[in-house]
Amino acid sequence: MANIVQFENVGLRYGTGQETLSDVSFTLSTGAFYFLTGASGAGKTSLLKLLYLAQRPTRGSIRLFGEDAVTLPRSRLPGFRRRIGVVFQDFRLVPHLSAYDNIALPLRVSGVPESDVEAPVREMLAWVGLSDRVDAKPPTLSGGEQQRVAIARAVIGRPEILVADEPTGNVDPDMAERLLHLFDSLNRLGTTVVVATHDFHLLGRIQKAHMMRLDHGRLLDPTGSLRFPPPNAPGGSE
Amino acid sequence: MSVKVIATAADRRLLDESRGTRAMTWIMAIMLFLTVLAAALGLGTLGAAALLDRQLAGRLTVQIVEAVESKRLDQTQRALAVLRTDPVVTRAVEVDRAKLTTLLRPWLGADEADPDLPIPAMIDVDLRAASDAAVARVRDGVRAVAPSARIDRHESWMSPVRSFMGMVTLLAAGLVLLMAAATAAVVILAARAGLETHRDTIEVLHMLGSTDVQVARLFQRRIALDTLIGGVLGTIGAVGVVLLVGWQLTTLGSDLLGGLSLGTRDWVLLGALPFAFAVLATLAARQAVLGALGRYL
Ligand SMILES: Nc1ncnc2c1ncn2[C@@H]1O[C@H](COP(=O)(O)OP(=O)(O)O)[C@@H](O)[C@H]1O
Ligand SMILES: [Mg+2]
Repeated sequence: MANIVQFENVGLRYGTGQETLSDVSFTLSTGAFYFLTGASGAGKTSLLKLLYLAQRPTRGSIRLFGEDAVTLPRSRLPGFRRRIGVVFQDFRLVPHLSAYDNIALPLRVSGVPESDVEAPVREMLAWVGLSDRVDAKPPTLSGGEQQRVAIARAVIGRPEILVADEPTGNVDPDMAERLLHLFDSLNRLGTTVVVATHDFHLLGRIQKAHMMRLDHGRLLDPTGSLRFPPPNAPGGSE
Repeated sequence: MSVKVIATAADRRLLDESRGTRAMTWIMAIMLFLTVLAAALGLGTLGAAALLDRQLAGRLTVQIVEAVESKRLDQTQRALAVLRTDPVVTRAVEVDRAKLTTLLRPWLGADEADPDLPIPAMIDVDLRAASDAAVARVRDGVRAVAPSARIDRHESWMSPVRSFMGMVTLLAAGLVLLMAAATAAVVILAARAGLETHRDTIEVLHMLGSTDVQVARLFQRRIALDTLIGGVLGTIGAVGVVLLVGWQLTTLGSDLLGGLSLGTRDWVLLGALPFAFAVLATLAARQAVLGALGRYL
């Protein structure tokens, strides 16, 4: 299976402090499912930002879709970003747009004709259980509802990679499982999925998932071959 | 480069239209009001100057420089006769001698002019056509009967009124250019402020794969519309003022100011100004936005 993402000795430093990420090396296989775990402040969001091209690394090399993503010219970023769906930790919904328009954004940005927008948006709204909140603006939605809009927006374009940063942090366990099932369905259709979470209840739900663990900016298992539960954790190995 | 002014409803919703006043529309209304007034003044003066040029170009002064009075009188009469039969001459009038003496008194002294002092006789001539050939023919005709005649063609640049008009025209053109520069500057500032206001939205759009051109289009559409509406309003106001002033001028019945009228071409130019300014504003906004977006990742 081809590698869709390859990090080699990647380091990231914000400003002049110490490195937030150090010597991060891993590969993601096309079509696989990954969990990224680690304590708060370990660097999960920073690593994902490098992955969805919101941040350039301070050192090291990143290959994405078989191309060097570090030296990618600005003009080619939009094309790459359209192939990646992102659930931001802080949702990043456009506050003055309705739930419908927020979810429709990726399609409209990609130039999908307006006649082909409505059906998939309604389908996504139904999937995340928000069919009755079509016209609601994000500030009037609960945290969990906003998160579901963010997820719907991330997956509507059938991205090749889905990056979700703590996507179940604001929803109840039932909804968390439902959303995870959505990611799983997308994964079955061929999307490579990376979910950052520290919700250990979720980890066991996807049997095929690979584990990546970050600790103080370092990846504990650079090969990315860990399975849940970790072999050294109580509960045994595979 | 396509500048689509009509945005889809979805595009219009993207930049929160309720936020941010429509100050741009009012600024543009004032800008175009002043610009159209300046342009009307410039175009009107240009028209008056052209009219004056045509009049001056067809005007000659014939001087009969002859010391012996009887000869001078004789030659003057014969020159007048020749001039009045020439078809190209529309008017030939001897300047009244008493008037001429009055005019010359400051130079000749207050005393009665020395009868021996040879004041030349002068004839004002208007020509139908101001061509060099016509002037040469008149000169030859007059010289044949009055060998001492000197024929002076009026040069338009010698007229102080003409040079004043030239100055007013230049001033008006300078004002129009200044207003265009000020408009571009205002639009650039507004576009930058708009970018700051919509920074979060733009970041999201970038993350979803929007190109800079797509983002710039959102701004330029909006600015094109705002500036066009404001510009047309300002132009309508200014045209109203111009019509009012024009009507006042006609009631004055002044020869000089009567030339200050606008032709069809002038009106078309004035009407095109708000559109030209909207295009200028749109391009300025586009450049400002693209330049600023280049600093995002
Ligand atoms: N934009 C930033 N500027 C400076 N420091 C940052 C920035 N983003 C994150 N950090 C720091 O990097 C570290 C890792 O943060 P983050 O990647 O958000 O971790 P996690 O997502 O695992 O909680 C933290 O110490 C945080 O303070
Ligand atoms: Mg985080």
